[in-house]
Amino acid sequence: MNAAPVSISDDAKPRLPRGVRLTHNEAQGGWVLLAPERVFKADPVAHEILKRCTGATTLAEIVDDLVRTFAGAPRDRIRTDVAALLAGLADKKLLEFG
Amino acid sequence: MDAPRAAFAPLGLLAELTHRCPLGCPYCSNPLELDKRSDELDTATWARVFAEAAGLGVLQVHLSGGEPAARRDLPEIIAAARDAGLYSNLITSAVGLTSEGLTRLADAGLDHVQVSIQDSDAASADLIAGYSGAFARKRALAADVVNLGLPLTVNVVVHRANIDRIGSMVEQALALGASRVEIAHVQYYGWALKNRAALMPSRQQVDTALIAVERLRQSHCGDIVIDAVVPDYYARYPKPCVGGWGRRSLNVTPSGRVLPCHAAEVIPGLEFWNVRDRSLSEIWHGSPAFMAFRGTDWMQEPCRSCALKGKDFGGCRCQAFLIAGDARLADPVCHLSPHHDALEKLAAIRDDSTYHYRKF
Repeated sequence: MNAAPVSISDDAKPRLPRGVRLTHNEAQGGWVLLAPERVFKADPVAHEILKRCTGATTLAEIVDDLVRTFAGAPRDRIRTDVAALLAGLADKKLLEFG
Repeated sequence: MDAPRAAFAPLGLLAELTHRCPLGCPYCSNPLELDKRSDELDTATWARVFAEAAGLGVLQVHLSGGEPAARRDLPEIIAAARDAGLYSNLITSAVGLTSEGLTRLADAGLDHVQVSIQDSDAASADLIAGYSGAFARKRALAADVVNLGLPLTVNVVVHRANIDRIGSMVEQALALGASRVEIAHVQYYGWALKNRAALMPSRQQVDTALIAVERLRQSHCGDIVIDAVVPDYYARYPKPCVGGWGRRSLNVTPSGRVLPCHAAEVIPGLEFWNVRDRSLSEIWHGSPAFMAFRGTDWMQEPCRSCALKGKDFGGCRCQAFLIAGDARLADPVCHLSPHHDALEKLAAIRDDSTYHYRKF
């Protein structure tokens, strides 16, 4: 698959496309991302990122918010991890950018 | 005494709303004995089933058939799925579903549409479907789905007549605006089994197709998701059929019988319970049909001592019965099955004369 360097602009506003939903389900063990004929488990880190992908908030703002929430982690590291997760989801058509 | 409880929560419910369908595809996954319209579950019963499914942990409902749009209450059925909190997926042939009808389904809360296409060549597609004009209708509906902003999956069922055009079928799915394409090699049950000699591709065709799909996946990464159901007659390891019997999914027939998979009724001696008589939870946890092959205790050799038994669950129970004559045996796709060589011989039987089209 494409292992190209992740280049998502700070101004990009990530959001879940129509047909993709983040939902909580006790029987399935927590947060899941529902997509066309697919279900992905969202671990706590992915959930913290995805719940901020509203289409109204930029990548830079999401990263700032995560830095505030999880004090101690370096901003560069968080940005790299968030961008990698979002790019992977975009390749699977589970995320788009406004 | 407490009833036994399954350790698993189902993820998906295949709701076969009707067996009525205008198309006659010779690989239809419906059983040869089709349920009559007069036996179909009513709207309220489907709504109850959806609520019970959500309570069991089901996240997605696949509204299938037959052609689900043959049900006039489809908008109400979709609204019931939405009210139960389920993600709804409409699996349609597009024939009999108008633009206005689709808009009503979207308004009722439909999440996703899967449209099947039979080929990238119109004449061949209509011949396979046994319905003149089906191809044009499918293209029109696909455009309507995209215009409404709904995600679209194009489903392509692959067999001898179209396997050499997988590339152009994927291109067509892209041109139609699909975000996902499902390349489903025919699985030989029901009508497809009846038509096996007319549908089976050669080993060389299958090998070429697998390479083509991998190339397409790489070249279209990020544009379209390509999911593939692999052909298994030429494989050496069996598929983990339905993710394991009674483990991830369940299927409700038009008249309410609850099956671990859509083909399960071919296995003799299984007792299926009906949603008219019992709750879905009672059926999932205790139905004799679900208990029959759940877990690994039922296995014999070579499955019982196999390191992969928790991964492929011994393959497909229906195929074990259909080819090896006993549903408790290993799926003959497995190279360790003493019946493995039979598959290659069956695959070599060819008959190009005609299709037995699916009909009541």
